[in-house]
Amino acid sequence: MIRFLSRRLAYMALTLLLVSLVSFVIIQAAPGDYAEIFAAQKAATGAIITLADIEAMRIELGLDQPWYVQYGRWLAGALHGDFGYSWAWRRPVGEVIAERMPLTLTIAFATLIFMYAVSIPVGIYSAVRRYSFGDYAFSIAGYLGLAIPNFLLALVLLYISQQYFHQSVGGLFSPGYENAAWSWAKVQDLLAHLIVPVVVLGTSGTAFLTRAMRAAVLDELNKMYVLSARASGLSPMQLLLRYPVRMALNPIASTLGWRLTYVISGAPIVGYVLALPDTGPLFLNALLNQDMLLAGALIFIFCALTIIGTFVSDLLLVLLDPRIRLE
Amino acid sequence: MSALAEIPVLSVNQLSIAVDNDGTPVPITDDVSFTIGRGEVLALVGESGSGKSVTALALMQLLGAGLRIARGEIVFETHDGFRTDVVRLGAKGKAIEALRGARMGMIFQEPMSSFSPIHTIGAQIAEVVQVHEKVGRAAARARAAELLGKVGIPDPVGALDRYPTEFSGGMRQRAMIARALICKPSLLIADEPTTALDVTIQGQILQLLRSLKREFGMSILFITHDLGIVAQMADRVAIMYSGRIVESGPVRDIFRHPVHPYTRALLDAVPRLGDIDRGRRIQPIAGAMPNIFDAPSGCRFHPRCPVRDMPRCAEKLPPRAEVEKHFVECIHGERELAK
Amino acid sequence: MSVIDVPAATTKSRRKIRRPDLASQWQLMWWKFKRHRLALFGIVVLGLFLVMALFAEAIGIGPPGQRDTAYVAGPPMLPQLIDAEGKFHLRPFVYGVKPVRDKVSLRMTYQVDTAQIWELGLFVKGAPYRLFGVVPGDIHLFGTDKGFIHLFGTDFTGLDIYTRSVHATRASLGVAVVGVLVSFILGAAIGGAAGYFGGLLDDLVMRIIEFIRSIPTLPLWLALAALLPRDWSPLATYLAITVILSLLGWTWLARTVRSKLLATRQEDFVLAARLSGCSDTRIITRHLLPSFLSYLIVDTSVAFPEILLAETSLSFLGLGLREPVESWGVLLFAAQSIRSIDQAPWLMIPGAFVIVAVLAFNFVGDGLRDAADPYSRS
Repeated sequence: MIRFLSRRLAYMALTLLLVSLVSFVIIQAAPGDYAEIFAAQKAATGAIITLADIEAMRIELGLDQPWYVQYGRWLAGALHGDFGYSWAWRRPVGEVIAERMPLTLTIAFATLIFMYAVSIPVGIYSAVRRYSFGDYAFSIAGYLGLAIPNFLLALVLLYISQQYFHQSVGGLFSPGYENAAWSWAKVQDLLAHLIVPVVVLGTSGTAFLTRAMRAAVLDELNKMYVLSARASGLSPMQLLLRYPVRMALNPIASTLGWRLTYVISGAPIVGYVLALPDTGPLFLNALLNQDMLLAGALIFIFCALTIIGTFVSDLLLVLLDPRIRLE
Repeated sequence: MSALAEIPVLSVNQLSIAVDNDGTPVPITDDVSFTIGRGEVLALVGESGSGKSVTALALMQLLGAGLRIARGEIVFETHDGFRTDVVRLGAKGKAIEALRGARMGMIFQEPMSSFSPIHTIGAQIAEVVQVHEKVGRAAARARAAELLGKVGIPDPVGALDRYPTEFSGGMRQRAMIARALICKPSLLIADEPTTALDVTIQGQILQLLRSLKREFGMSILFITHDLGIVAQMADRVAIMYSGRIVESGPVRDIFRHPVHPYTRALLDAVPRLGDIDRGRRIQPIAGAMPNIFDAPSGCRFHPRCPVRDMPRCAEKLPPRAEVEKHFVECIHGERELAK
Repeated sequence: MSVIDVPAATTKSRRKIRRPDLASQWQLMWWKFKRHRLALFGIVVLGLFLVMALFAEAIGIGPPGQRDTAYVAGPPMLPQLIDAEGKFHLRPFVYGVKPVRDKVSLRMTYQVDTAQIWELGLFVKGAPYRLFGVVPGDIHLFGTDKGFIHLFGTDFTGLDIYTRSVHATRASLGVAVVGVLVSFILGAAIGGAAGYFGGLLDDLVMRIIEFIRSIPTLPLWLALAALLPRDWSPLATYLAITVILSLLGWTWLARTVRSKLLATRQEDFVLAARLSGCSDTRIITRHLLPSFLSYLIVDTSVAFPEILLAETSLSFLGLGLREPVESWGVLLFAAQSIRSIDQAPWLMIPGAFVIVAVLAFNFVGDGLRDAADPYSRS
């Protein structure tokens, strides 16, 4: 077990390193470097910039060094939360991200909880009452959930709330609460605002997980040990909860990391469409403006989050499954 | 045979099981009848696909999806006056659940997959007691440890907290037997319990089952395709072919004086010491058992039968002949039994 | 026959009994696939989409680039059968519209004019076109003799959303098909090499796949798409986006190919074939390939909706395909702001095409998945 964990840990470190390299490549791949962009900006304001000035700035910023030195510097900075300077925001990248990250994390975790809270009971129900009306209804809902692109669902909900509830879904708080001190009412307000992003972000994942749970339970129900437990006189309910469901939870729990990857993957678009003050619009605008230091930093953080999430789900699996624990 | 064996624990009468094939029921077993007396071991012998395992599952109403009991009765009565028709109990509900594991125990062919891999052996055995009797967790665990000791597992208390993957195949089958017997059932159904095991382990498990049978005073329905095991274990034997019992009777009678051509062929296919010296070769049975989807008309064995009498054998089922509890379903049955 | 009281013995029902024990693998798969009603339905829908993509000019109403200045940002016009006076018309019709200026917002809106009835017809003569760029024609699936019809309304520049959605089928499905093809080739080649050579290469490939799977890919593809030079021609962008998208799907296929290759290589039936003197070619084509081809088909069918959805999302954000290339995602780009969907919610209609296509792909994929393992129960 110690070996298993240390292997996963080493793997995580290696993946993080790879991801940082990928992010750095993306930063470098954008046309023009920081000095040129800076010069262009200055020139636009009427200041006179000579080529010599640009060159001096390059040297000052270390842009004349070979790529691996630049990468080393960037990585060293990144580990301290220093991701460089965003020219679009005219502020340090780390600062801009830090402001918006908590909301992204809140939405991601709320979505994960939502997905599991819905899909596990529904999946069990559908497996046990296979081909029942409920099973069909959930399965149709699931098909739809998988087929609707996130952004379209966001648009539709946006339209509905605008048209019929005369309420904007953008943002996290109603106008009155934005600067108010924390209170129960403010928490409620926050939760109410979280519902739409969470549903939008979680729908297809929930549909996917429900199907996985249903299939896993069905699969387990056909196992020999279920027959042998039935032959021992367990009632269907005792049996179901003790064995197949418990077994089916393993693959579901072990996919937690992937689900997180999935949620983080979809979050930028949803945040963008719903105009949430999270990292979504930040990321997409950075891409559209080619503000690559910011975009690269976000990619690195997104990836790091999912890699850590995968590690946590590995830990969970070890706790759930004695077969791995005993290895 | 003892006098007790005359009192039946289980009488199966004309049991027919059908499988659903796209809305059309197709019979798998047909008109199966047998009895098991108190303390008696009945061996149900047949090739794979003959319907013997399905019959075993039907006895506990454990038939899988698509299978159902089409006809017949399964009368089960124990020494304490409990009597019921399992067919009438249905596959669901408290009544049948109270029967399973408590009055009838069952062990399966695959000791590897008969336990959940993520629960401890102790938990899986103790829960059977807790389901059927009003006992606490500690008492149930103590009972489980006691049984594990009885089936010959070393350090039974320590074994409670171990997982099935830590056990060998033979040990798991022992644990399985402990689970099946913990509530002292009157009947143990053993569905090829030694098929998946090594020969030496096989012998140990058979030995264990014999001694436990004496200790618990239970009856055993032993399902197997191995005539060697039948000779070691059984008091009586029933031979199944393509969903029908073609011959049944005391082991001694059947082995010494097999009547049905299929039984004879089965016995001929068993190698014996000295075969080679005597220049005897094993005689395989020509042909294959018919598929349930196109069972032949009349006697189902007739396409492979060396002594068939056409067209009579293909026209209708042969009559059932009996001499001193030795039954046979063959057109030559009466004549042969009389010899 | 036996004497059991089930109606199996009658000749009629006996003929109906299937013989799973005698059927070939493909026959079993077809039986299972047919049992999946939704999958059959999905096949039909995909067939319709194919027809739509091939004959877009004839199925659309006019040229997709034609702006109707008489009906800008107009709502969908629904065909009717019963008019305002309750009279039944055998031929469906649409009411005429007249422009009105909204007194509050001063915006141009359209009012249904029940006095005017524009009858619809099937296969009417309309704007000339060239099918597949060669065959000239002027027959359209439906249209009006007088007036006009905008089934799904028009956008802010007066473009017909119905016609554009029909034409967009080409780019959307085209990207998906090419993307899947590329990922299929990538997956089969990489997975095949890993499975065949094994050892270090196999390890390396597996680690790479694991790595790609463990990172959130969409932001990465977004970034790659954003890096495409803006001055590339739409066609070059189109190709580049297709390649980027095909990078999404190959990992699944590669894993399937590799694991199946490894597993089947050691199967007894392959050894038996080898021992009985079969050539490598014969072993691969007659024994290995059939044993896992079905799984490959399933994985391919899963990759379709994935790529379609990714393309739609990218284009919707303005990072994927761009005008004048038309895909459903490009059309949805117009629906990006809350203001535009507030004024013209029908701009979201192309999204319905995406949903229907993804549903159809998923249905077929499910049917294939069930059928792929014909020897499994139920």
